[in-house]
Amino acid sequence: MRKILIIGATSAIAQAVAHRYAQQGHALFLTGRDPERVATIAADLRVRGAVQVESATLDANQIETHQTVLDHAITAMGSIDTVLIAHGVLNDQQTCQASVEDTLDAFQTNALSAIALLTLLANYMEHNAIKGTLAVISSVAGDRGRQSNYVYGAAKAAKSTFLAGLRNRLHSAGIHVLTIKPGFVDTPMTAHLKKGLLWAQPDDVAAGIVKSIEKRRDCVYLPGFWWLIMTIIRAIPESLFKRLTL
Amino acid sequence: MTQRYQSWGRYPKASHQIQTIQWPEDLPNDLTKQIHGALPFGNGRSYGDCCLNDGGLLLDGRFRNRLLAFDAHSGILRCEAGVLLADILELMTPRGWFPAVTPGTKLLTVGGAIANDVHGKNHHRTGSFGDHVHRIGLLRSDGQQLICSPDENTDLFRATIGGIGLTGYILWAEFSLRPISNPYFDMETIRYGNVEDFFQLSSESDQDYEYTLAWLDCQGRGKNLGRGLFMRGNHAPFIPQAQWPKHASRQLNMPIDPPFTLINGLTLKAFNTLYYYKQIRRSQCACVHYDSFFYPLDAIDNWNRIYGPKGFFQYQCVLPQESGQDGIKEILKGIARSGQGSFLGVLKVFGDRQSPGLLSFPRPGSTLALDFPNRGKKTLTLLERFDTIVREAGGAVYIAKDARMSPSSFRHFYPQWQTFKSFVDPGFSSSFWRRVTEESS
Ligand SMILES: Cc1cc2nc3c(=O)[nH]c(=O)nc-3n(C[C@H](O)[C@H](O)[C@H](O)COP(=O)(O)OP(=O)(O)OC[C@H]3O[C@@H](n4cnc5c(N)ncnc54)[C@H](O)[C@@H]3O)c2cc1C
Ligand SMILES: NC(=O)c1ccc[n+]([C@@H]2O[C@H](COP(=O)([O-])OP(=O)(O)OC[C@H]3O[C@@H](n4cnc5c(N)ncnc54)[C@H](OP(=O)(O)O)[C@@H]3O)[C@@H](O)[C@H]2O)c1
Repeated sequence: MRKILIIGATSAIAQAVAHRYAQQGHALFLTGRDPERVATIAADLRVRGAVQVESATLDANQIETHQTVLDHAITAMGSIDTVLIAHGVLNDQQTCQASVEDTLDAFQTNALSAIALLTLLANYMEHNAIKGTLAVISSVAGDRGRQSNYVYGAAKAAKSTFLAGLRNRLHSAGIHVLTIKPGFVDTPMTAHLKKGLLWAQPDDVAAGIVKSIEKRRDCVYLPGFWWLIMTIIRAIPESLFKRLTL
Repeated sequence: MTQRYQSWGRYPKASHQIQTIQWPEDLPNDLTKQIHGALPFGNGRSYGDCCLNDGGLLLDGRFRNRLLAFDAHSGILRCEAGVLLADILELMTPRGWFPAVTPGTKLLTVGGAIANDVHGKNHHRTGSFGDHVHRIGLLRSDGQQLICSPDENTDLFRATIGGIGLTGYILWAEFSLRPISNPYFDMETIRYGNVEDFFQLSSESDQDYEYTLAWLDCQGRGKNLGRGLFMRGNHAPFIPQAQWPKHASRQLNMPIDPPFTLINGLTLKAFNTLYYYKQIRRSQCACVHYDSFFYPLDAIDNWNRIYGPKGFFQYQCVLPQESGQDGIKEILKGIARSGQGSFLGVLKVFGDRQSPGLLSFPRPGSTLALDFPNRGKKTLTLLERFDTIVREAGGAVYIAKDARMSPSSFRHFYPQWQTFKSFVDPGFSSSFWRRVTEESS
């Protein structure tokens, strides 16, 4: 049985992952900004079969509260061996371009808050010799900066690079670090966007996440075809790329 | 995904603005100012326009899919309205619980099951879905959250069951499941010769079988009029799990839109005749999984595409017992004469109970459901003729399947509509509602 901590438990992708773990009878600790919403999700996971569900309120951007909430989670669960960091915002590129404050906010939510949490969680697992999993949702957007969303993309890139380093550091300790790069997923975050063929459902992505945690993969594109798309996009020479409208 | 916001018959076409409702706060607060208001959207398994709001707003609750509480003693489940019946089945059958009522698809939401007060093969025993609903959490456009039940907001409760999404947004509902000992059914299929035989079989079977229904071969004429396969079944008694029959779910898909309908007189005739003779013996028994027993059509994703881009109509009516046989014969003869064959015909006798909702469809009598490819005016004229037969017989046409009944037919079939009107939320509307109430008739 896994003891799973979820940061950003109200995310549609995180909920779909939690459904699967609950149905398999694991234990979960949920955190999110809105206690009522988190309580609703906790009730759902109990009905679905989770053996234990606990929760705490956490705004990931309030970094000074991280340690307290993690301590609480560890006490309530006995220990934590699996972590999913899912929170994020799809900030508006135009607004960020016009505002330093908005740009830094986007970085705070999409990169710094996760980096802060991962620092504490990595040390926790390392010190306690827990050969667990740190799974973090990054994005294909982090693979290359594009004019339409480079603030979001750059923050995700920071996350991905941080995770690569962390994986390298923790490998010898037997701790699994998973970088998850979803493509387009049909969730409330993207409700305002027009959907086409490339779009996946949160449950499909969740299936991929659960499998990648099980198989202790390093970095996954979900759905898998994004690996091909991003390999091509990364291969375009910068001198050409800068002229494209992407 | 691009095709999500259409109805199952893919007619009429409609365009919408979409608002996702995951939490009550997601409901826009100025709906009464919105042109054409808003309409909840479940999973688009209604055939006609009761799930469409052309030019207006659709409230998509697919992320309201949480189970809130389950009492393993009473079998009462409380869940959000966007939960699919398929999810309830997947989770609850292994624990020994089954929906008290299920329609012929499991890909519908709890909200949709209530809003059309859906019925299944066990109507003669258990009534409709609404009969098993204890409480509904309803969100109105003014932001009020009301609990509706047989004791609280009773009238609104009655209006919301079968309320086709117009009385407000159903946030959650509490309803009973029924205990089972395994996910299997003992099913008997009997080949029968004509309409009279059907009624004979049905009256013999309704006593001992919880589930009964017939598939019609609409090509039968003369003394074969109404011939088909009668299916009757019960939940299988206890079987040790090691001996459960094998169940492999195979999912097929209709991946593209054929440029025209694949259903023409010839293919239909071949299909229906084959289906009828598939079974050489007169009667055949089997122990089958609920997927094969209830949801044979769900095994083909997007099967509705077979009718081509113009879509199709489903016509479902109920005729009172006294006039039922004649009415059904008249409709079947009408089909044969028109040369507009029906792909699927389904016939069932309802139980004698009063439905719980103000606009509920089920009522004592027999119900007939038929599919027709959309051939424009020709098809509309034929269905209009059927409406006349149903009106004269004192029956009704099912709103969940309708895309074309006239305002005057609607008022005939649902004389309570005036009372219902007073419960309609001023911020809510639908293509169906405007069609049957706004035109002069
Ligand atoms: C293959 C097939 C077989 C079928 N067999 C049967 C059958 O045997 N018996 C039967 O009765 N029906 C049957 N149906 C019809 C189907 O069960 C109904 O049309 C059902 O209402 C569809 O539910 P849905 O979740 O897809 O909702 P939709 O079709 O999207 O919406 C249906 C109605 O529910 C309302 N609604 C949805 N969610 C909410 C909410 N949260 N709050 C308020 N209103 C809401 C909508 O506004 C709309 O008026 C069948 C359909 C198919 C495709
Ligand atoms: N959807 C896509 O196409 C896509 C593609 C690639 C990557 N991703 C990534 O996938 C992850 C999950 O997103 P989703 O698609 O599931 O969208 P979602 O349902 O909108 O989830 C985003 C979640 O992040 C939470 N959140 C935002 N800021 C937070 C904060 N400061 N503290 C705590 N929680 C915060 C939100 O919580 P509230 O409920 O409190 O608002 C919300 O639940 C995100 O990291 C996203 O960047 C998504």
